[in-house]
Amino acid sequence: MRLFRRRAALVCRQAVALMADYLDGRLTTTDARRLETHLAACPHCSEYLAQLRVTIDALGHAEPDELSQEALDDLVDLYRRWRAD
Amino acid sequence: MLASAVRLASRRVDDDADLVDRLRAGDESAFVALIQRYQQRMLRLAEMTVGSRAVAEEVTQDTWLAVVRGVERFEGRSSLKTWLFHILLNRAKSAAGRELRAGRPDQNIDERFDKAGAWITPPEPWAERADDRLVAEGLAARVQQLLPQLPDGQRQVVVLRDVEGLPAEDVAALVGVSDGNQRVLLHRGRAQLRHLLSAEMGGM
Repeated sequence: MRLFRRRAALVCRQAVALMADYLDGRLTTTDARRLETHLAACPHCSEYLAQLRVTIDALGHAEPDELSQEALDDLVDLYRRWRAD
Repeated sequence: MLASAVRLASRRVDDDADLVDRLRAGDESAFVALIQRYQQRMLRLAEMTVGSRAVAEEVTQDTWLAVVRGVERFEGRSSLKTWLFHILLNRAKSAAGRELRAGRPDQNIDERFDKAGAWITPPEPWAERADDRLVAEGLAARVQQLLPQLPDGQRQVVVLRDVEGLPAEDVAALVGVSDGNQRVLLHRGRAQLRHLLSAEMGGM
């Protein structure tokens, strides 16, 4: 009987669909465990998840351009004119 | 690791609160410190919203004026960064003269599976190469250049969540979408950027 109640193993499409919530820590423990079981056996999905993580990490390190002295001076000038009004 | 990240984050919030107090008192050095901290981030977000550097600069200037005029009304219920971005995005959206386009149909051309749910073309491995610091730095620079290729909604959510690190509920409110939509836009945007980076890393 036990066998019939066990949920079937994930296929790759289902594993990928769970990854967004997995990365956000929103999966239930059961689903997280099912995904991790799939990942342990599937190099393709593991690589896909690793690439998503590298992408997110790259986004987190995307630095804006440096502030120029001229732009800073312009904004301070704007502030002084506003204060003077 | 986690404890020190929390300490750093809370110090930043304290600094912001201190700067806001000093700005209210008319302290110009507090204004300068806020400019140094947020101007370039605001300019980047504005440019990603209006699509023009010149318009983005005007929008950002208008935002700073609104901030110094309205700083009395900042109650600290959201972070200062979320409050600044809220003012900025309102101005950027009206400057762009249009609402954000709704998301396009699913663009995840890279997530293809056969009827049994297995990969048709499995991803070519490249993630491990990002362990190299120089490769990682290159990816950080490149991913920023690829952001304009995303549809508006995806780009906004990805920038606010993954680049600026705002919490999901703030981002949903700023962009004006439900929490569920925010998650869909984030995932599609990330998946699309992964696909674009893969093409450059020589994979698929």
